[in-house]
Amino acid sequence: MNRIGVFLCWCGSNIAGTVDVHRVIEEVRKLPEVAHAENYMYMCSDPGQDLVKAAIRDKNLTNLVVASCSPRMHENTFRKAAASVGLNPYLVEIANVREQCSWVHQQQKDVATRKAYNIIKATIEKVKRNAALEAIRVPVTKRALVVGAGIAGITAALDLADAGFETVVVEREAEIGGKLRRISRTFPYHEPADAILAPRAEALRDHPNVTLYTSSEVTAVGGYVGNFDVEVATDPGDGGPPETRTEKVGAIVVSTGYDLYPVENLGEYGGGRLPDVIDGLAFEGLLADSFRNGEPVRRPSDGRPVRDVVFIQCSGSRDPENHKPYCSRICCLYTNKQARLLRDRNPGCRAWVSFMDVRTDCKNTEEYCQQNIEERGIVYVRGRVSRVWQEGDRLRLWTADTLTGEKIELDADLVVLATAVVPAAGYAEVSSLLRAGVDANGFFQESHIKLRPVESSTRGVYLAGAGQYPKDITDTVAQAQATASKIQSLFANEELAQDPLVCRVDPDLCSACGICVPICPYGAREVDALAGFSRVNEALCEGCGACVAACPNKACQLKNDSMVQVVGEIEVFAAEEGEEDYTCAC
Amino acid sequence: MAEPAKTPTAFEPRIVAFLCHWCTYTGADLAGTTRQQYPPNVRVVHLMCSGAIDVVYVLKALMDGADGVLIGGCHPGDCHYQSGNFKARRRVAILKNILAQLGLSADRVWLRWISASEGRLFAETVREVTEAVRAMGPSEFKTQWDA
Repeated sequence: MNRIGVFLCWCGSNIAGTVDVHRVIEEVRKLPEVAHAENYMYMCSDPGQDLVKAAIRDKNLTNLVVASCSPRMHENTFRKAAASVGLNPYLVEIANVREQCSWVHQQQKDVATRKAYNIIKATIEKVKRNAALEAIRVPVTKRALVVGAGIAGITAALDLADAGFETVVVEREAEIGGKLRRISRTFPYHEPADAILAPRAEALRDHPNVTLYTSSEVTAVGGYVGNFDVEVATDPGDGGPPETRTEKVGAIVVSTGYDLYPVENLGEYGGGRLPDVIDGLAFEGLLADSFRNGEPVRRPSDGRPVRDVVFIQCSGSRDPENHKPYCSRICCLYTNKQARLLRDRNPGCRAWVSFMDVRTDCKNTEEYCQQNIEERGIVYVRGRVSRVWQEGDRLRLWTADTLTGEKIELDADLVVLATAVVPAAGYAEVSSLLRAGVDANGFFQESHIKLRPVESSTRGVYLAGAGQYPKDITDTVAQAQATASKIQSLFANEELAQDPLVCRVDPDLCSACGICVPICPYGAREVDALAGFSRVNEALCEGCGACVAACPNKACQLKNDSMVQVVGEIEVFAAEEGEEDYTCAC
Repeated sequence: MAEPAKTPTAFEPRIVAFLCHWCTYTGADLAGTTRQQYPPNVRVVHLMCSGAIDVVYVLKALMDGADGVLIGGCHPGDCHYQSGNFKARRRVAILKNILAQLGLSADRVWLRWISASEGRLFAETVREVTEAVRAMGPSEFKTQWDA
């Protein structure tokens, strides 16, 4: 026999202004198994919590319903309060009578009062079948794996290694450094990219805590947060079969970076057909050659120094009909920098930038851009280029200045397309191996855009760099350092406490049919042929209930959210005694 | 709860809603936080995922006296558990066939994608479902064996 306690919060007038709290408690007291019911002005306050604790002690309460705001607000508060006086926290349930009752029926006091009573009654049906649960404890392997060794991966790995954690770095290319290896100088201070990259790459290669696998890929991932088994395959470089090895790690960083949208996809600009129509990274290569040789920037087709260059921004970005809908974020700034460096390298040359808007959302870059435009004579033309074609050994463009309404024709030696930033090739395989979701554009999805920006949807898998969204070096390094910090706080634990609200199996009911195995998105279900039933790996189970709904025998159930409990709630809601319970005026 | 004097009133539908934890339940909370007002006919059962919706839950609600059922999940592609909403979608499609065989209008079961940020959409949806089910009249389960 349960001794259920019900605590109805007024929330000042937020609940009590609409719901007749005294009448509700009066009625709740009449329900079977309710040993105690009271209301109070602010149940979450210290005196409110003291009431709850005192009642648990004095009346030997076995289960609690707190009728208050959404469980998303104070479920934890009341579970902690219960635990502090020895009641298992999982025997506490919240009845949501504020967000989902008093606040949405403010003009209908009678109806809201009945509904609040009803919600409490249904929650009692649930809580009386709750079991006392203990958090699931799993050990933590304090080693990290970093997938992709661009500046994001290098930064995260170095931070982790410096903090004393062994870190395995897997890089697909033969060299580490990623796209930064192809950049000449960085905005806004024209620091050579190599000056940023080389010392960090060297530090990574020499670090005693770092194991670096180049020409390697992750081929299989098993396990869960704190306990991943990752298979890494390395190309031996001699045409032989890849060598594979398994690494045990507790956390994984996805820093797979970006590619540029292929110029071939921009046929209207001659991309892929005209040799002097190139993308931003190719132009970085020309700039790097120029710095290295001390010569002017030369164009690819015939090696002639360029005199007229047109940069076309938003090539494939911000074009939901034909290409990519999003802003690639870095192109406004690198285009401005490229035009500026070009004017330095090839004195007397002309640089036009075709743009829609100039977006300078990185530190000190607005000033930098303005200065380049005003003092370095870069010509910005607002409009979209409609066509690029070859005429003799020159390129010809049609565009318009949408600020003056003029049609413009330009001649150029070279056209540089600031093509959209897209997720690096292979992102889909990485996403499915690591169970880290991607968005509609293929960028890795953070767990919460504001509050969990470096965590993926799978616990223990973290994000850094442009694979998550286009970002410049500054933001990439900041994010990588945040990721490394986040992993260090994970590694500060000897073991992890996991929510025990997972699935359990009744072996007597399970026929080992295996329907639950493919339906589980987390690989948490496995048929144990010897034992003759399907097991749940509690550390992997996220408690979604997909297998529960699919199980033909109803052999698996979510802990504290079993079918009997849900049906109990349904019975209250669907079979309310009087029609008047649902009478409303709207 | 007992009392107020029974007056013959127009039919008021009973609607049981099954809302997923991550999107629609949170969207329903947001409807409250932003003080959207909607008909009180809906009663919410919290599920972790719309993919946990069991056909039994829907049938049980309808057999016990609900006139309509609303299932709310994350938008396609946004499921916190990767694919639960697609499982819900398939299951509801099959369920609608079963309902027809039971002599119940399939339109009594609603599946809607409402995100955590769509409080207003949640309120609008409750209004829409309530109006539609009210127009349909009481559940055939209640009326077909009468008289």
